[in-house]
Amino acid sequence: MKNFAYVRATSTEDAVQQSQTTQNAQFIAGGTNLVDRLKVFLDRPDRLIDVSRLDLKQIEATKEGGIRIGALATNTAVADHPQIRRDYPLLSRAILSGASQQIRNMATVGGNLLQRTRCPYYYDPVFACNKRQPGSGCPAIPGINRMHAILGASDSCIAVHPSDMCVALAALDAVVEVESTKGRRQIPFNDFHRLPGDAPERDTNLEPGDLITAVILPPVSFAKTGIYLKLRDRASYSFALISVAAAIDLSGESIRDARLALGGVAHKPWRSIEAETFLKGKPATVETFQQAAEIALQGAKPLDHNGFKVNMAKRAIKRALTISAQGGGVA
Amino acid sequence: MPSDKKKPLGTSRRWFLGQALTAAGTAIVAPKVLDNVNVAEAQQMSSNSLRDGKTERNSPIQGETPVTLTINGQTQTVRIEPRVTLLDVLRERLGLTGTKKGCDHGQCGACTVLVDGDRVYSCLSLAIMQEGRSITTIEGLAKGEQLHPVQAAFIENDGFQCGYCTPGQICASVALLNEVNRGCASAVTADLTRPPQLATLSEAEIKERLSGNLCRCSAYNGIVASVQQAAGQTPPSPAATMLVEEVAG
Repeated sequence: MKNFAYVRATSTEDAVQQSQTTQNAQFIAGGTNLVDRLKVFLDRPDRLIDVSRLDLKQIEATKEGGIRIGALATNTAVADHPQIRRDYPLLSRAILSGASQQIRNMATVGGNLLQRTRCPYYYDPVFACNKRQPGSGCPAIPGINRMHAILGASDSCIAVHPSDMCVALAALDAVVEVESTKGRRQIPFNDFHRLPGDAPERDTNLEPGDLITAVILPPVSFAKTGIYLKLRDRASYSFALISVAAAIDLSGESIRDARLALGGVAHKPWRSIEAETFLKGKPATVETFQQAAEIALQGAKPLDHNGFKVNMAKRAIKRALTISAQGGGVA
Repeated sequence: MPSDKKKPLGTSRRWFLGQALTAAGTAIVAPKVLDNVNVAEAQQMSSNSLRDGKTERNSPIQGETPVTLTINGQTQTVRIEPRVTLLDVLRERLGLTGTKKGCDHGQCGACTVLVDGDRVYSCLSLAIMQEGRSITTIEGLAKGEQLHPVQAAFIENDGFQCGYCTPGQICASVALLNEVNRGCASAVTADLTRPPQLATLSEAEIKERLSGNLCRCSAYNGIVASVQQAAGQTPPSPAATMLVEEVAG
């Protein structure tokens, strides 16, 4: 690990101010991803600004009937919050299916949004990587790409976003609240993360000096039927090969509203608005869900080693939608 | 064999390795029990910067600085750079080598300790960020000669083979039981609004809740049985577990 200076921010204003005025500074909160990256020299900040003691831990109901989650709430605190368990079980389950209890105790919501890919080529400095060193190339494209993207990838990057929580937030229409020296603003979740395009070094649309202060969830009628299905190489403590966040709002036998987002398939949590639009007004049958799965995977471009993900994703979507239509629970 | 006969042989592995290496002519630098902190500097820090149990670090610190940590109820000050992890402070500066370094990347759980009662990976924690918090390591669980019930359960249920992952497994298990008492859910909890209690904690729940601790000897049956015992359940005997698996297989 390269040495760095360390300072504790006294307020969000102080944090963004310091970040703006200091060359090569980074925020640290839970540190579960950043400390790991520091150890392998992926990140080499000159200064770490510790934001972990700022007053951003609260989880509180909004007057609109949703919930506001402070950026420093731990993943554990969110997953176990009574209102989130009751009204947003999809979010609880997505968080609980990720990492381990130790990581979830340390990791914050803001930090979870900023996790970087676990692409092994990104992590290993022996290899070139456009995300690590723009323009150097992507050895994963002709390489071992079993874990990589099937949707929305580019010629410069095929990495996938590692977060489970973010797949749930995408399905739940979350809004990310950000503070900078220019003031406070809100970013709709779908605009927060980026597809790689020709700038895979940028995971998000945050600007330098931006600090995430909260994630806000609007009230959703169907959230209680929301489920999270995660498929992976081992039963626990493993990143997703495919994951599905799904919610169905039934009116009698037909679908009033639906949500569908995928993890493990793209550079960002992949929400399929096309499949959701298709589902609306249709009968809640396996045939409908099968068709929705086909629509969601329409643009899939499998690589040499991850062709299995296409069928796996379709089957997972079908199963997740079926369980949600039956009222939710453990996927 | 009477236990008193074991005592003359009770040299630690660390002591033995130290002796062996010294005999081979290699210089040994034993872990310092307490770092030789500049006392005046430490005192100045505690008077200037420790307020309400929180240490202020409002101007950037570059290079080594005195960092005061509360470990197993004792306040200790070490002089470290901000990049030093809690794990390295425990092992290399304070001689608390019970906490193990396995992967050093938050993947194995061997370095698990409790911070303010919550289990965390000390390898992914910067020590300087732990000021003002209460850290408990495996060395802090027993009350004198009286083992923590989870430690006793691991011995009674063969919860280990080589023992390297054991301090992490035990710290994680202690936290696990507290989490169940607090009503925490897991990925396999059927109804999030009704999480299991200690008496109803299933084997699947225990395995899921301990998935952040790997055991390369694969002593998992014994580890699960240890947690079951500590939870007040009656664990199956290891022989019974094997028989069930043979019949099922």
